[in-house]
Amino acid sequence: MTQYVLRRLVFMIPVAILVTMIVFALLHLTPGDPVRIIAGEEPDPAAMETVRRELGLDQPLPVQYIAWVSKVVRGDFGRSIRTHQPVLEAIGERVPATMELGLTAILLSVVVALVVGTLSAVRHNSPLDLIATGVTLAGVSLPNFFLGLVLILVFGSWLRIAHPGGYVPFGEDPGDNLGRLILPAITLATASIAVNMRQIRSSLLDVFGQDYMRTARAKGLSETRVIARHALKNGLIPAVTVIGLQVGAVIEGAFITETVFLWPGVGKLAIDSINGRDYPVVQAIVLLSALSFMASTLIVDLLYAWLDPRISYRSAS
Amino acid sequence: MRRNPRIFIGGALVLFLVFVAIFAPLLAPYDPIAVNGAVSLEPPSWAHLFGTDDVGRDVLSRVMFGSRVSLSVGLIAVGIGMVIGISLGMTAGYIGGAFDLISMRFIDALLAFPALLLAIAITAALGPDLRNAMIAIGVVAIPGFTRLSRGQVLAMKNREYIEAARTIGCSNVRIVGRHIFPNITNPLIVQATLAIAGAMLAEAALSFLGLGAQPPTPTWGADVYYSQRYLSNLKWWGSVGPGIGIFLAVFSFNFFGDALRDALDPRLRRSR
Repeated sequence: MTQYVLRRLVFMIPVAILVTMIVFALLHLTPGDPVRIIAGEEPDPAAMETVRRELGLDQPLPVQYIAWVSKVVRGDFGRSIRTHQPVLEAIGERVPATMELGLTAILLSVVVALVVGTLSAVRHNSPLDLIATGVTLAGVSLPNFFLGLVLILVFGSWLRIAHPGGYVPFGEDPGDNLGRLILPAITLATASIAVNMRQIRSSLLDVFGQDYMRTARAKGLSETRVIARHALKNGLIPAVTVIGLQVGAVIEGAFITETVFLWPGVGKLAIDSINGRDYPVVQAIVLLSALSFMASTLIVDLLYAWLDPRISYRSAS
Repeated sequence: MRRNPRIFIGGALVLFLVFVAIFAPLLAPYDPIAVNGAVSLEPPSWAHLFGTDDVGRDVLSRVMFGSRVSLSVGLIAVGIGMVIGISLGMTAGYIGGAFDLISMRFIDALLAFPALLLAIAITAALGPDLRNAMIAIGVVAIPGFTRLSRGQVLAMKNREYIEAARTIGCSNVRIVGRHIFPNITNPLIVQATLAIAGAMLAEAALSFLGLGAQPPTPTWGADVYYSQRYLSNLKWWGSVGPGIGIFLAVFSFNFFGDALRDALDPRLRRSR
């Protein structure tokens, strides 16, 4: 297992290098002079020269890239153009709000998907199954910004039973914090509930056709026990991968959900920074999101290898 | 086909969408960008079925015209992703070796980004407009096609009929183009249909964030954003109209793609 983990880590290195190259290239894709964009509409030549030197833009591209990467590795993403705050600090301040929202959404998604997906598979082709399958397809087709706005409209503006947005730190007022968490968490979770539920339903249906299920029933186990001990245990292994991939969906969903609900997380910071042309912040967030997505994919793969004894981590890569 | 009514329903939904997009100028009751202060923020009525926005533009007409942007981004972006993705994937799968290794690491790197985030970052870097949104969404669509076509080629290239083609002296280009490609089109069609749904969803998100087609072009995402400030006064129609447009369009392609997959994928045909 250790060897497998090490091999996976080594394989990640070239990909991580390519990721940094793509993120670096993004700023240089920008048509025109990046300094002009950074320095504002009416730059004075001296200020432009300072920015140019500060960013090392007078150097050839490969030199700029190496300089940038060696700073990034040390956690130095430069300073925000708008606030002059160190970028990493600005992002760090926003992480707790995003974690709270993201983890709640993932938890909600897994619990709902597990319950509905299992019921749907057990009562295959029943009205419940058909409704659930239909709702699932609707769930993946609904843009989360629109779902968020509809929830705000119905529960915030019309029924007035939930906060239409905003954020209060948990430490200040736990009740208010959780009250404001409900709508964005539902918004963020919906698409991944749909994907997870489909996966759980279809892997359970696969398992139901296996011989050991018939054996378990034949030896007189109760239906609940057959499903809980035999079906779920095996059926959830492939589901782990899909659920893990939803981490990526939650990261990208957070950008929009946080913007809609004025939730002061990393996603909202990113969108505000794009609108404010605060490139160092955008660059850092894009890079860190990609790296955390890679890390979560790795963890999922390892978990999968650990859960499924049929996967050998010695030979295959 | 007859046993699968879902394909017909899905196909009809998609055709309806295409029909509205093509004939929007004939179908739309009003000019989608004509401002009319006399009917500002009117709720839905017989004159304006989806109501009007704050400058008196007819929401239904804008939703109809919005389908043009959405559909063209869906088709063009997926077209870009397909052409690049399939050529790369088939070449990598067929010739293997260093080319395969390097191009697949590049695809892995693209996949390391959450897709929508990458599209947002590329559009923000290139500058917010419709063409750049298409390019960005197209780039994001590449890995799916590359992986799928590479996998299919790997599964096909050692089959006997390929061996036979090689024996009678077919060139590599001919083998890939005439013998392998026609045999892997089914999964690619399914992938393309679902990718169009994803691309339309991404376009809606980009234009919601102001990174897509610029005003006054009617686009669903931007229109939802534009009218959202009236939601707190319960004047919901300006956002809900285009939102329903996005939902129906994406749902149609998802539904059609799903039905196609069940019909075309022999692995799923078994018992259920």
